[in-house]
Amino acid sequence: MDRIPILKMGPFLLVTIQVDMHDQLAMQLQDDLTARIVAVRARGVLIDISSLEIVDSFIGRMISNIAGMARVLDAETVVVGMQPAVAITLVELGLSLEGVRTALNVDKGMALLQKSLEDPEVEQ
Amino acid sequence: MPDSASNSASLSVAQRAVLPIRNPGDIVRVRQATREHAVAHGFSLVDQTKLVTAASELARNTLDYGNGGEVEIARLIDGMRKGLRLTFSDQGPGIQDLQKALTDGYSTGGGLGLGLSGARRLSNDFNIDSAPGKGTRVMIARWR
Repeated sequence: MDRIPILKMGPFLLVTIQVDMHDQLAMQLQDDLTARIVAVRARGVLIDISSLEIVDSFIGRMISNIAGMARVLDAETVVVGMQPAVAITLVELGLSLEGVRTALNVDKGMALLQKSLEDPEVEQ
Repeated sequence: MPDSASNSASLSVAQRAVLPIRNPGDIVRVRQATREHAVAHGFSLVDQTKLVTAASELARNTLDYGNGGEVEIARLIDGMRKGLRLTFSDQGPGIQDLQKALTDGYSTGGGLGLGLSGARRLSNDFNIDSAPGKGTRVMIARWR
C-alpha cells in the first residue's frame, strides 16, 4: 500500500503531501504520524500542503485530527504552504481548521515550531 | 429549488462524460476529471478549485451514503455563458430529512456534516432529489 513519507529533522517530523490523496492514504498518514511522534518523541510536526490542489472536508478533518492527536502527545503541528485558491475554497466550504497553526512556507513553519520548543509558554 | 442550469431554452451541452463511483480511488478520478473539464472550459483557478472540492464532497457522499453510483460531468453553453454541471446519482437508501441533511454540521455518518451544505455554497446552482428507498440525485453547476 502507498504511504506518505515522514522525515525526521531533529525534534520535528516533516511531511510533504505531494499526491492527490485518496481517503485511505489520508487515514494511513494520520496513523503513521501519531505512531512516529511517539516512537521518536517528536516535539513538532510540519505538514507541507503546497502541492495540494484541494482540501475537502475529509482532508480538513484529517489535518485537524493530526493536530489534536499531536497536541495530546505533546507535539505542535504547523500546516504550511496552503495555496490561495485552496484557502478561499476552504472558508467557503465552511472549514476553519480550528486549533491548527499555519504558516506561509516551510521556513516560517520551522521557525514557529522552533519558537514553541524554546518558549512553550508563548502559544499563538 | 431553482434549477437554472437545466431550464434555459438556449442551453446546450458541449460535452459530457459519465464516471462510476464505486471505490475511494474513483473519488480521486472524479476530482481529476472535474479539474480537466473545468480547465478545458476556461474556468479560473479559484473556480476550478471550488468545483473540484464540491465534486470531492459529493462523490464521497455518493460512495459512503449512497453505496456508490455515478457522476455525469457536462460542459454547458448558454448563450455567452459557460458552465460546468455535475450530476451525482445513486440507488442507495435515500435521505430521510433533506432539510437536516442540508444543515451545516449534520451528519449520520460521523463526518463533519459539511459535504452537502458546503458543496451547495461552492456552486451557483444546486438541486437535490431524494426520498427514502429511492436513491439520491444531486446536481450542481457553476458558471464562469
